[in-house]
Amino acid sequence: MSIQELTPSPTPSASQQAQSDKAAQSVQLLSSATRRKINKVALGAIVPVCLILLWELGVRWTGTRLIPPPYQVAVMMWDFAFGGIYDDAFSASLPTHFWVSVQRVYGGFLLAVVLAVPLGLMIGRFPLLKAMLDPTLSLLRPVPVTAWLPLSMIFFGLGPKSAIFLVFLGAFYPILLNTIFGVKSVDDKLFEAAAMLGCNGSQLFRSVVIPAATPQIFNGLRLGLGFAWILIVVGEMTGVPEGLGAVIMDGRTLSRTDLVITGMIVIGITGFLSDRLIVLANNYLLKWSPQHHV
Amino acid sequence: MSDRKISGLSKPAVPILTIRNLDKTFLSDKGNVTALKGVDLTVSKGEFVCLLGASGCGKSTLLRIIGGFEGPSSGHAEIYGSAIKGPGPDRGMVFQDYALFPWLTVEENIAFGPKHQGRTRAETAEVTDKFMEMVGLTGFRNTYPNALSGGMKQRVAIARVLANDADILLMDEPFAALDALTRAKLQEELLEIWERTRLTIIFVTHSVEEAVILSDRIVVMGAGPGHIETDISVDLARPRDPASIPFNDVRRDVSNQLRSHIAPALRKSQLAEA
Ligand SMILES: Nc1ncnc2c1ncn2[C@@H]1O[C@H](COP(=O)(O)OP(=O)(O)O)[C@@H](O)[C@H]1O
Ligand SMILES: [Mg+2]
Repeated sequence: MSIQELTPSPTPSASQQAQSDKAAQSVQLLSSATRRKINKVALGAIVPVCLILLWELGVRWTGTRLIPPPYQVAVMMWDFAFGGIYDDAFSASLPTHFWVSVQRVYGGFLLAVVLAVPLGLMIGRFPLLKAMLDPTLSLLRPVPVTAWLPLSMIFFGLGPKSAIFLVFLGAFYPILLNTIFGVKSVDDKLFEAAAMLGCNGSQLFRSVVIPAATPQIFNGLRLGLGFAWILIVVGEMTGVPEGLGAVIMDGRTLSRTDLVITGMIVIGITGFLSDRLIVLANNYLLKWSPQHHV
Repeated sequence: MSDRKISGLSKPAVPILTIRNLDKTFLSDKGNVTALKGVDLTVSKGEFVCLLGASGCGKSTLLRIIGGFEGPSSGHAEIYGSAIKGPGPDRGMVFQDYALFPWLTVEENIAFGPKHQGRTRAETAEVTDKFMEMVGLTGFRNTYPNALSGGMKQRVAIARVLANDADILLMDEPFAALDALTRAKLQEELLEIWERTRLTIIFVTHSVEEAVILSDRIVVMGAGPGHIETDISVDLARPRDPASIPFNDVRRDVSNQLRSHIAPALRKSQLAEA
């Protein structure tokens, strides 16, 4: 292209060719960014569309009544969100359930962040603390969060506190371990450089340890929030009246599979969106390191 | 040791750094390594000293002891007569791999020292601007280190310790990872900065040519365990022309001294380099 532009074209046909190429290129240039975005969305949509198609065909061929076709779920989702179709207990109740679950997820998650990040920073920095806490933490870590369910119901009763506790437990370890790892992987040279520049003691945390460990901390936050959304469903199956997990539970007892699938889809989308929020914060705070962008 | 000379004839020799009978042994499970044995060195204020020697002869260790990043096993290391206790703003280290803070912009990296020493915002900004300009990076003030070339990163590292108001610049093979053109440019810039600021510079290198271009004085080190072999003063006029006859005389002299002192195993590779 550029060679064609630079060398004078001897024949009219060649110059015409060059001109049309040029026009084509400028069209492409104008829309190349948007085109790439559309391409990406289209590529990402192929699998979900195929899955929905398969679902539809599967329901038709088997003639099952246990699983509703996609259309019926779509109607249910509309009714769940805006009401006006079935006018039952679940009509237009999405905002309530959604908000309750979001509060619990973020409540448990933030509690985990507030405890795990400082603790991870300290453990990563002070070998004494590590020697003291590592055995206990390593023993508790393999216990599945769901195994805590009975105890948590005894501690916190049948209610939102229990759900928040489970979310907290699930988010705590990935954040803690990644934070420790982040602190450990800070280049010693940076501590030496900081010390030489007159940065000491607690200043080191703010000026070196935290920024240097940010990539790994964010890794932990993403994992932690992912687990939080998984565990909210478990937490809300313990008999709380509201929340997306409770809706799925109700759907099961009422044999309303369309409601169950609706709840699953809403949780999937919300979890995805809240991950995007963290990714946005990640890319903003790590603008110094393009390699850590998601 | 035998033919030590005191250089800096034109300047009053105020000793800024005194090292006496210094030993350094690294202790480890696999066995102890004696990196330095019986090192004596005095550096006067404003001197440009090169530590020259093959790799493994303890140049970095000596520099790190001066920087306060390592303590001596025995002997004394003093700045202005008081023992070195840990790193401090009076001694600015320029590392070979830059050690810039990747999450800070060029400007913020240079401002790091003044900021942490409790200077006011205005003072910090003034000092930062001054040294950013001195190393020619004003146009890159908002750039992150990731996006800079090696030469530019090293300029930031130099400006960072200058802004910190260091008395002594400690440089550990700072230009070894750069291409020849960039290295020559930075050597020239470093000399300009040295002439403007009259800092004391201790510069580690394994290149004879680099040592002769830069320094007032070349301290040749030998290995097994690391020690100072000779101390050669370089009385060439500046700016120095590496193609000139006097320059080459000095270079040959230094090369010969270096060669006669290094272990036979190292001799071959050193010869190939020289
Ligand atoms: N932290 C350390 N622990 C153990 N041995 C070390 C350490 N630092 C340096 N040494 C040893 O000390 C000797 C001198 O090393 P160094 O000062 O890096 O030499 P140079 O910079 O001249 O190449 C080498 O044998 C090296 O292996
Ligand atoms: Mg070295």
